[in-house]
Amino acid sequence: MQIEVRSLQKNYGRVKAVRDVSFDVAEGQLRVILGPSGCGKTTVLRLIAGLEPVSAGSIRIAGVDVTLLPPDRRNISMVFQSYALFPHLSVRENIIFGLKVRKVPGPEIEKRLERVIELLGLGQRLDAKPGELSGGMQQRVALGRAIIAEKPVTLMDEPLSNLDAKLRNTMRREICALQRRLGISMVYVTHDQVEAMTMADRILLMREGRIVQDDVPESFYERPANVFVARFIGTPPMNILPLCNGGGGAALAPDGPVLYPGLDGSRFKLGIRPENLRLADEGHPAVVTGKEYLGSDTFIACAINGHEAIVRTRGMSDLAPGVPIHLTWDSKTLCLFDAHTEMRIEDAPEAEPLP
Amino acid sequence: MNPKIARHVYGWLLFTPAAIFFILFTHYPIVRSCFLSLFSNSRGGRPPEFVGLENYHYLIDDPIFWQALKNNLIYAFGTIPVTICLAMLMAVWVNRQMAGRAFVRAAYFTPTILPMIAIANIWLFFYTPGIGLFDNILQYFGYPGRNWLGNPDTALACLMVIAVWKDAGFFMIFYLAALQGLPKDVIEAGRIEGAGRFYFFRRVTFPLLMPTTVFVVFNALINTFRIIDHIFILTKGGPDNATELLLYYLFQTAFEFWDTAYAAVLTVVIMAILMTLALAQFKVLERRTHYQ
Repeated sequence: MQIEVRSLQKNYGRVKAVRDVSFDVAEGQLRVILGPSGCGKTTVLRLIAGLEPVSAGSIRIAGVDVTLLPPDRRNISMVFQSYALFPHLSVRENIIFGLKVRKVPGPEIEKRLERVIELLGLGQRLDAKPGELSGGMQQRVALGRAIIAEKPVTLMDEPLSNLDAKLRNTMRREICALQRRLGISMVYVTHDQVEAMTMADRILLMREGRIVQDDVPESFYERPANVFVARFIGTPPMNILPLCNGGGGAALAPDGPVLYPGLDGSRFKLGIRPENLRLADEGHPAVVTGKEYLGSDTFIACAINGHEAIVRTRGMSDLAPGVPIHLTWDSKTLCLFDAHTEMRIEDAPEAEPLP
Repeated sequence: MNPKIARHVYGWLLFTPAAIFFILFTHYPIVRSCFLSLFSNSRGGRPPEFVGLENYHYLIDDPIFWQALKNNLIYAFGTIPVTICLAMLMAVWVNRQMAGRAFVRAAYFTPTILPMIAIANIWLFFYTPGIGLFDNILQYFGYPGRNWLGNPDTALACLMVIAVWKDAGFFMIFYLAALQGLPKDVIEAGRIEGAGRFYFFRRVTFPLLMPTTVFVVFNALINTFRIIDHIFILTKGGPDNATELLLYYLFQTAFEFWDTAYAAVLTVVIMAILMTLALAQFKVLERRTHYQ
């Protein structure tokens, strides 16, 4: 394991920012720490970087316990959210700053610099000051400063959050490609679930200082640990519908078809992704309440027994609010959650097919 | 009324009170001084006569003027670099977590809030021959005391020490503000790269403090031509004009010798110096030292 974090804790006075966080990052892995703002993800990254002392727990990098070591002795490089470029130094001097600090010989610096500017396409602007560059270029300089160090671990703190949407997509792919090509182990902090899903080898989802789920991206989508994860991953998020007791089992409506015979409906909630709901001539009844047209898709909002659910359909839809519809789904795509703890039921029985 | 004209009238009305005071107490005296510097003094009821540049010829031949100018330059270039180094050092020193930080900051700032007259009196006690603080210390170690302010070789240096003591704490506040305005993540980036404290100061902090340094240098320069309160208490320009500074010389000329024409000439000279400095400051600040 490249990074091993064990029982990490960080308190700011009485505030517990990070509570008992443990995880590993394998060599060459792109590990994303995901979570809403204030969940402690950036704090975890700063603890790994050594920018702040831990309150408890340990961090090992490449087998060495670095918990008490200063940042420059942890064998890491880091890209900051605001890039943290030195505003008075040229692009060149920014990139090679660390090499000069470590007294790397001149020819070696030139060799590495050449490689980095080729990787990042910075050739034209080597003498420019960061303030003269666009956000995307500044981002590249920050990346350059991180990768020229040739450290086995790179930490990234929301590196794309200051870029516009289009550039963000490009840079996302570039960072991924770079990470694969150089074989760096990367810890990447973001609040953007799309970034997490598209980039990560493995995601760590945090909430209120704790780990909620530590898994590969597919599992986050298909088997979310609880309602919070189900709603956090996916746009639009998973529909969560309370179950009730129909004739002889759990159903979505008292007079609707029974989905789980013999199950106490009041104790569970049903989860289904908008893309797994289909409009059909027959199936579960619902009433259209609104729609959002996105071009390739239309999100149709409808009420099932008074609870809102979103259906994702291809292309345009001519359904108007108030129109009764029927929905159908593949039973395999349903998730069952405990109504009280909101945890997903691991060994849920498969739902009865709709009549 | 036409709204465009109304806006103009409104603007001018707002501007007028300030303009009246500005013209009355700043612009008119400047023009009047320039004008008076071309006339002779009125003596015995005779009105002043136009003498052209005669007063300026006198200035060029006046050894005391040149002495005062030289003293002023020595004073400026002797005190400013020391003051700035001290201010920066103190700012870096108190800009971190340490016990009694607020107390130390307040202590450094105290000389600034004291009136210059009070400061001069305190230092007068320090410098007094025989019974002053410095002589007491010297005598304790077996050295003879000396007349610090009465000796032309040491008098100006004594005044310079006071200026440094008073201004370092003041300028420290500017540096402290600038240090606290430095982006945190830039400092952290330095830590990640392993830059040592001195290396980081030399390559990052010091250059980023440049706007503050420019500001402080020009203000300190202007101050050396403006602040002379302590001379009244300590030396009155002596001994042998050793502590004669331009503004003090102007005061003496105008209100002790009542040579108003020559005082006008000195006023024009000092004003020219100050204006040049102010313009230079704007130019320099405009041109560089802006990074973001």
